[in-house]
Amino acid sequence: MIPYTAFFFNGFFTLIMALTLDDVRRVAHLARIAVDDAEAGAALTQMTRVFGLIEQMQAVDVGDIEPMAHAQDMVLRLRQDAVTEGDQRALFQAVAPAVEGGLYLVPKVIE
Amino acid sequence: MSNATLKELSAQLAAGACSSVELTQEFINKINGLNKDLGCYITVDGERSLKQAQAADAQRAAGRGSLLTGVPIAHKDIFCTRDWLTTCGSRMLANFVAPYDAHVVERCNTAGMVTLGKTNMDEFAMGSSNETSYFGPVRNPWQRDAVPGGSSGGSAVAVAARLAPAATGTDTGGSIRQPAALTGICGLKPTYGLVSRYGMIAFASSLDQAGPMARSAEDLGLLLNVMAGHDARDSTSLERPAEDYLRDLARPMAGLRIGLPKEFFASGLTPDVQRAVEAAITEYKKLGATVVDISLPNMGLSVPVYYVLAPAEASSNLSRFDGVRYGHRAAEYTDLLDMYKRTRAEGFGAEVKRRILIGTYVLSHGYYDAYYIRAQKLRRLIAQDFRDAFEKCDVIMGPTTPTTAFKLGEKSADPVQMYLSDIYTIAVNLAGLPGMSMPCGFDSGGLPVGLQIIGNYFDEARMLNVAHQYQLATDWHQRRPPGIS
Repeated sequence: MIPYTAFFFNGFFTLIMALTLDDVRRVAHLARIAVDDAEAGAALTQMTRVFGLIEQMQAVDVGDIEPMAHAQDMVLRLRQDAVTEGDQRALFQAVAPAVEGGLYLVPKVIE
Repeated sequence: MSNATLKELSAQLAAGACSSVELTQEFINKINGLNKDLGCYITVDGERSLKQAQAADAQRAAGRGSLLTGVPIAHKDIFCTRDWLTTCGSRMLANFVAPYDAHVVERCNTAGMVTLGKTNMDEFAMGSSNETSYFGPVRNPWQRDAVPGGSSGGSAVAVAARLAPAATGTDTGGSIRQPAALTGICGLKPTYGLVSRYGMIAFASSLDQAGPMARSAEDLGLLLNVMAGHDARDSTSLERPAEDYLRDLARPMAGLRIGLPKEFFASGLTPDVQRAVEAAITEYKKLGATVVDISLPNMGLSVPVYYVLAPAEASSNLSRFDGVRYGHRAAEYTDLLDMYKRTRAEGFGAEVKRRILIGTYVLSHGYYDAYYIRAQKLRRLIAQDFRDAFEKCDVIMGPTTPTTAFKLGEKSADPVQMYLSDIYTIAVNLAGLPGMSMPCGFDSGGLPVGLQIIGNYFDEARMLNVAHQYQLATDWHQRRPPGIS
């Protein structure tokens, strides 16, 4: 059951999805960002404001129009399947937080 | 010398009237004096700059100098630089040294330019006031308790305060044009795809574009000539024949059709800004241009559309910051998931987190069609409005921003208020069109007003011509902030 709330925005009657704390915690988990209860509350208030702005999009009739991802509707350029880059692992790993034997170290995942 | 344009500096260096070392030292001295108050540079390294200057002087002495050899430049801290920190204004990258140079930086280095430092910016380019930087806010030299605009606030202030003759910036929703307007300088966002994004830390990949910031249209052209061009390492970089963006500077304005969208002159525009912009249009009429009334009917949707698309793309682009390969890693964590979550909670500031959360939501299951795809469709409508308008006019003009520089802290409480300050610039990024801002006057408090010029795709040479002709007839672009020598 999706909760809907009637919301007056600039004098126009707009239906918006009522964001909940659970929504905030869910997307925070998806985004892999730790959010405590206080932060979740603040985020909920701010996000509700922004979604109030975004809801203005919903009133427009878009019809059959194609989505636009690129101004010139460019497609990805192809190239020859040939090696062009050399091994630069040492250079790239010079800035890593923790490496050993050419591998990046992270907490154990598999027990 | 620090008040000279790129053009003048190039001539002085070529004539031997000064050396790059002398010039660079002058800027370093000024930066050491003023940066504490203005906060426009995050990283400065006088020794390193002077070494580059020495090499540039040697090049000239050996007869191998070119136009911009030895001319100093500041780079927005979003461009990867091998020899300098690249922080992106964030704790997440506070100690990050990139293993390579961004394409734009390579081009400037090859042209012999001397790096003065990395400029301050809103964190990960998300902001319109340069108040979200981990390294502190940037202050407007015209009024020290006012914002300079963002996200390229540091670059704008470096140029306005004569702490660099020019700087690189990036523009995703107005981040070159808006700070240029609020600080009284010139800034250009090229057609999407003209300047390579390789090595430019990504915010919203379909909107981001690098561009020049300087004090005259001619200088913008000089720098754009260096920055633009195909780069195979950026899959969105366009392959086009090389152009000289200065080639049409001298064309007269007679016959130019200037489109004025009625949506740019509606409510929300402050009277002082409107007055200054209208005076600029009158000046163009005196120069022989004609004005055409046009409409961009879907323009009002550009802010909501942008705040779906940009956060969505940002949530994807910023997922790489996880503490594994580079950047900040939390000191304490219980397992891998906890490491990701704490690293990102600690490394990102509030505005960045907010946009990532919004972006994640609009891309998530059940909402993708309603929000993201819908926004992409509206994007095409917005681009179509411009296509229709350019049937009737050659360039479009209007205010760059609805107000002049607001006070630090004034809009930080309500994100929507901050977002609305990009109301005239955002549609240009959505359509992928070129846009620029140049100074056209002041408000009653002495704060600069910017005129925005929007061109058709690939029409940068004409835009610079139009701006240059105005700058021959007026001197707004030569004004100096109080207390700046």
